[in-house]
Amino acid sequence: MNVVLRDRRFTVGLGLVTLIAGLAIAAPLVTTGDPNAPGDIVATRFLGPLARDVHGSLHPLGTDRFGRDVWTRLVYGARISLSVGMLSVLLSVAVGVAIGGLSGWWRGWAGVLLLGATDFVLALPRVVLLLLLAALWQPSALLVVLLLGATGWMPVARLVHGEVRALAVRPFVEGARSLGVRPLRVLWRHVLPNALTPVIVAAALGVGNAILLEAGLSYLGLGVQPPTPSWGNMIASGRDTLVNAPWVAAAPGVMLVLVVVGCTLLGDAVRDVLSRQSAVSRQGH
Amino acid sequence: MQRMLARRALSGIAVVAGVVTLTFLLLHAAPGDPAERLIGPTATPEQLAAGRHALGLDRPLITQYGSWLARFIRGDWGTSFATGRPVRTMIGAAWPATVRLVVLSLLLSYGLGLAVGAVQAAYHRRRLDTALSVASVTLVALPGYWLGLMLMTVFTYLLRVLPAFGAAGYDADYLSGWARFADGARHLVLPLATLTLIGVGAAARFVRGALLDALEQPFVTAARAKGITTAQVMVHHALRHAMIPVVTLLGLSLPALFSGAVFVEAVFAWPGVGRVLVEAVQARDYPVVMSATAISAVLVVAGNLLADAAAGLVDPRLRSVDAGATP
Repeated sequence: MNVVLRDRRFTVGLGLVTLIAGLAIAAPLVTTGDPNAPGDIVATRFLGPLARDVHGSLHPLGTDRFGRDVWTRLVYGARISLSVGMLSVLLSVAVGVAIGGLSGWWRGWAGVLLLGATDFVLALPRVVLLLLLAALWQPSALLVVLLLGATGWMPVARLVHGEVRALAVRPFVEGARSLGVRPLRVLWRHVLPNALTPVIVAAALGVGNAILLEAGLSYLGLGVQPPTPSWGNMIASGRDTLVNAPWVAAAPGVMLVLVVVGCTLLGDAVRDVLSRQSAVSRQGH
Repeated sequence: MQRMLARRALSGIAVVAGVVTLTFLLLHAAPGDPAERLIGPTATPEQLAAGRHALGLDRPLITQYGSWLARFIRGDWGTSFATGRPVRTMIGAAWPATVRLVVLSLLLSYGLGLAVGAVQAAYHRRRLDTALSVASVTLVALPGYWLGLMLMTVFTYLLRVLPAFGAAGYDADYLSGWARFADGARHLVLPLATLTLIGVGAAARFVRGALLDALEQPFVTAARAKGITTAQVMVHHALRHAMIPVVTLLGLSLPALFSGAVFVEAVFAWPGVGRVLVEAVQARDYPVVMSATAISAVLVVAGNLLADAAAGLVDPRLRSVDAGATP
């Protein structure tokens, strides 16, 4: 743990993610008013950053075409983006661990079949699939979570499969089995816990990716629907006003970059520490 | 090597077939009726039935699938529900634009990525390496459509130097050779820059890792012991070794690049397959969606195959795999 804390990437990444998650949780405290209700359109439309409207309230990032405060929408949008990102990665990790674990554990045709299915889905173009699925059903945040989860589990399954295959021949597994523990229980209690470390790294990187994809779908109008703010649909709504109000599209993009950079730095730092540890333990044997 | 490529080609065909079948099933499983969209909400049940019959949607699913597949393979891709134009004409006009964009940005981003990654590996753990790492992580995190919009704001609306929409100006048909080329190039700059900037980050990160890995290999120590310069070690030994994973990644990054192109095409109204696909999906245009997905799957699979073949070119050891008893 100390090694990780000394890595600057870890502290910066954790700082970024914590800051934005903190803002999202504390949204009502750091903003004023309802993020969705249109403001006084005539008086407060397209105010620039740091402008004060006629009612005297400050708009740190300006207002959009409905006179809504961009900062307020940004912070409430963080709730959507972060929860969609985390839930969809949780889902893909759950599915990936189940399928990867079983395919690595079962040696017979069932394992081969599961692995083959994984490779097949891995080869499908993800964005094409997402576009198709998102356009076919009524768009909503829940649908985006399900879609991102359903199209993101394969790398996790591949990772877990490899780990389980390697762990299955280790002496402690034979020990557990010879004590009469049922095979699936051995997998669940002894093998999988040891296979989870690379999954943590994949999950950290996956959250960033999922947030980007959610924003992309919402940008195309296939994800979270307005007036609910999501960084993607905020960028889309700022698209038409780039000339007279560029801040409407610029602000959510900056937030996206900050979150994704945070997740990537966290993932990188943890991966390096883990691979150094496993190199040390290999030398120890 | 040939046997491996043949096996890969077979599994590639299986993937394309799978994508097509899956798309077909999903399209038909989803709620929503293309006939209703075409005729409008005021359609009477009789009109709807006639519309469905005209589009061939009243036949059993398996018949529809079989006849679509047979006609697709023969080259008859049907006509678009939304525009009434033949699908083949629409996609035939669109795919060169996508390939131009994707291939150029692939070459550019890997060329730049190799250079940046090599500099980082040479200056490992020094200030330049850290600065470039921060830059490449940021580039990886950039959403393509947002970067596109920002570049558009600066270069089209503020500086007024580059066009932001389409692949050619309205007067392109009346321009002569050179002026026409210049017009096309000006239109290409912003979409290409957007797609390339996003790609450079990922490529540089990967090249840096592969090079640092290579520099730890015993043959590098041996080369250094032989007394050759660091630059020579880098170019002749480390870079060559690092090219193997890099070329593999090149193929694997094609799907990602293609996905990026879908968003970038949407932003810049670039007349490519991605834009055709997005519009067709939104209009529930079955024949166009089916063909566009099939074509994008073929492009992705072909890219992976090319990468496998290229891996054999850069790594002589892979070529002799078939000569040995077991791979």
